[in-house]
Amino acid sequence: MEGMLFLTILVVIYLFLIGYLGYRGWKGTKSATDYMVAGRKIHPFVMAMSYGATFISTSAIVGFGGAAALFGMSILWLTFLNIFVGIFIAFVFLGARTRKMGHHLDAHTFPELLGKRLDSKFVQIFTGLIIIVFMPLYAGVVLMGAARFIEVRIGVSYDAALFFFAVIVAIYVIMGGLKGVMYTDALQGTIMFVGMFLLLILTYVKLGGVTQAHQSLTDMAPIAQEIFGGAGHRGWTAMPTFGSTFWWVVISTIVMGVGIGVLAQPQLAVRYMTVKSDRELNRAVLIGGIFILMMTGVAFVVGALSNVFFYTMPVEGVESKIAFLAADTKVGQIIPLFMSRYMPPMLVDFFFIALLAAAMSTVSSQFHAMGTAVGRDVYETITRRKGESSILPTRLGILLTFILSVTLAYVLVVIYGETGTAIIARGTAIFFGLCASAFLPMYVGALYSRAITKAGAIWGACTGFIVSAFWLLFMHQTESSVLGVCNALFGKPSLVAGELLDNGKWSGVRQGFILWQEVDPLFVAFPLAIIVTIVVSMMTKRYSKDHLDHCFKGI
Amino acid sequence: MLGLGDGMVAAAYWLCLASSALCIIYGALKWNSGAEETDEVDRHWAEEEKKIEQEL
Repeated sequence: MEGMLFLTILVVIYLFLIGYLGYRGWKGTKSATDYMVAGRKIHPFVMAMSYGATFISTSAIVGFGGAAALFGMSILWLTFLNIFVGIFIAFVFLGARTRKMGHHLDAHTFPELLGKRLDSKFVQIFTGLIIIVFMPLYAGVVLMGAARFIEVRIGVSYDAALFFFAVIVAIYVIMGGLKGVMYTDALQGTIMFVGMFLLLILTYVKLGGVTQAHQSLTDMAPIAQEIFGGAGHRGWTAMPTFGSTFWWVVISTIVMGVGIGVLAQPQLAVRYMTVKSDRELNRAVLIGGIFILMMTGVAFVVGALSNVFFYTMPVEGVESKIAFLAADTKVGQIIPLFMSRYMPPMLVDFFFIALLAAAMSTVSSQFHAMGTAVGRDVYETITRRKGESSILPTRLGILLTFILSVTLAYVLVVIYGETGTAIIARGTAIFFGLCASAFLPMYVGALYSRAITKAGAIWGACTGFIVSAFWLLFMHQTESSVLGVCNALFGKPSLVAGELLDNGKWSGVRQGFILWQEVDPLFVAFPLAIIVTIVVSMMTKRYSKDHLDHCFKGI
Repeated sequence: MLGLGDGMVAAAYWLCLASSALCIIYGALKWNSGAEETDEVDRHWAEEEKKIEQEL
């Protein structure tokens, strides 16, 4: 509870600024759509920072930073995909088409864009339902990331920290945080950028420079091999052994799942539509490329390097351990613990505000997506009523998904205990992987292909979803063992579990380099969804030329 | 290698920097291209979007 005065002042100033900017947005013309209605320009810095704040959440910093402390710098491959796929490919190849098509079809949500382009209410409802049911998992882990930091910084229990943060988010949402006021988002993005920049500089300086810092971590490889060698760990600056448990977790779940899944994130896809022209998207590529590097790149490098601090600079009265063990195997606590021990208190407090900002900006975009999915995509589409009738369902949807997200943030920690696995990173990865498998083939097809058919899109999306669900319930042991369906039906945690060992764990089944119970759903569901979308589209009736001309107008 | 123990991790480190550089170069070269005037379709879309925001 030390030094609470400075932190309290910072929190109050931050909340005052957010409140003031929100009020200005409420009173005047400050949201992205206001600018478009008025035909005015938004400053590219403001726009790019607001994008960044939505892209990057606390889970990316706290959860994935903690995962980097466990798995090492191999997850920098995810940062590469975040920048190259999540910014460059997404903005250059999907952004402009999404914006033009969205405006011509008068689509305002991701499910609505797909539903109108593919002329299918089923697609709109199906996509909306997946958002309603599964996005709370992602929102839950974002809340969890912030709560972990509050827990360590203020020294309260996780439950109290979660409650405290949920109340702040609820007030923010009620006060109009979902309106996407550009200056609010931009302020949050700027705070995040400065916080991460300072963290990077201080970390490298304290370890004697870039090369020396990396070398110190490389020299610790024998420790990693001794503790995690059986799972394939070869050190924090090396890739895990090809085909090992760690390799599959890092590559199939964390790097590929999140790296590709970002392309089909409903709350991000709608952001393309809120810009005035392609020029804004081009400019956002420049600033976004720097911003993401400074966010996930720094989080992963610092997360991995925290092992050097924990091991070689033990604080008085505390045994020197690697990061994972210093945080009692709670991966989500590694970054908060590292900062509170080794960074200047003022930076920790500033970083606290940065994480608050990261969580609030991301959560607001998530609740925007979930609320409109309930009201506009599911309720309005089923009842065929437009306009006023969906206000109440939308608000109820936000309330219910909010309660569900907070409950998940609580329950996940109770179930998993966060031992051994980076649950925050996995929760994000599960949602991203599901989005990639269920949405990405039809989304890309809708934007780029005149040959995709309604049946092809539906069959592909259903394949992606069903195979993902099957894999999570019956194959991928991390989830299937907790969900318990496989155990109840077949008496083992996964259909591909081998034999029960003396230590109470199940052996795996390996075919060549494939360790089946560690293969992420994305690896199977996504390729199958692509194949089914293409094959069914080749065999079924195409859209009329009029419909296609309307959809592709100006593209 | 910058003190990194594995060529693949060093490659990831450099690719992060290279992809950021790609974004910077692309954004800088195209800084002023793609400008369009807001037309009636955009304005109609923005007005509807504003209505949705207010409902939230």
